[in-house]
Amino acid sequence: MAGYLGSYATLGLLLLASVVVFVGAFSANRLLRPASPAEPIGKRETYECGVDPVGGDWAQAQIRYYVYAYLYVLFAVEAVFLFPWAVIFDRPGFGATTVVEMAIFVAVLALGILYAWRKRILTWT
Amino acid sequence: MTAADVLLLGLGAVAVGSGLLVVTTRHLVRAGLYLVVCLGAVAGLYLVLTAELVAWVQVLIYVGAVVVLLLFAVMLTRAPIGASDDLDRPGWPALLVGGGAGLGLAALLVDAFRWTKVDLPEAGTAERLGTEIFRSWVLPFEVLSVLLLAALVGAIVVSRPDIGTRE
Repeated sequence: MAGYLGSYATLGLLLLASVVVFVGAFSANRLLRPASPAEPIGKRETYECGVDPVGGDWAQAQIRYYVYAYLYVLFAVEAVFLFPWAVIFDRPGFGATTVVEMAIFVAVLALGILYAWRKRILTWT
Repeated sequence: MTAADVLLLGLGAVAVGSGLLVVTTRHLVRAGLYLVVCLGAVAGLYLVLTAELVAWVQVLIYVGAVVVLLLFAVMLTRAPIGASDDLDRPGWPALLVGGGAGLGLAALLVDAFRWTKVDLPEAGTAERLGTEIFRSWVLPFEVLSVLLLAALVGAIVVSRPDIGTRE
């Protein structure tokens, strides 16, 4: 298990082992337990907080919630650039310049948050 | 066939199969979930091709954020739970364009590389990418922040019709 693919093979082996443990535990459970499910009236009904549901199963979301999802995407993109930066910024040849470059990047995106805040996007109405 | 070849073929088959399911399923929400499988398989392809950081970025951004965005967009529509029969449109133009682009690109690549053997490059870790970005590509990186800002402001203005109107 050496080299690039080898290191991921170890991870793959771990994932495989965890799946085997999970499937094994539940299959053993299924084999060993007695099975006589009761079928009282209403067992398969959906309910909400103990109350029978009323109306349809779909609530159309308002478009303003979309902005939250969008903010999440943007700051995920920003966070992704922080990873390579965090690895190299204290290496020789980078230093203060690199820190300032990232600060500019974050500051420009912070303007976006400022805009959203000033336009009252972030307040819960 | 090496282990990498087998993995590439398997992951490629998963990606193409789930991609087909995305466009053929009648359930809108399921299409989004098949997209997760498809993008995850593509991330696996990146991983096999030693593009380590790109693979995990694919998981974080596409499987995480973009699919959340898509499911949110689905939630904005009226009632897509259950089969939506009106989803089906004449698929021939799309099939022609998609299949044409795929076959054309495949033909180009096959013609360009024939049977050249390419060794897998050194792993594209965060360190290698960081060195490249902050040594050679700083300006595009900073311009990217302006692009993201513009997209954010645009999304806010589009989703809030009360912004920009004079009272």
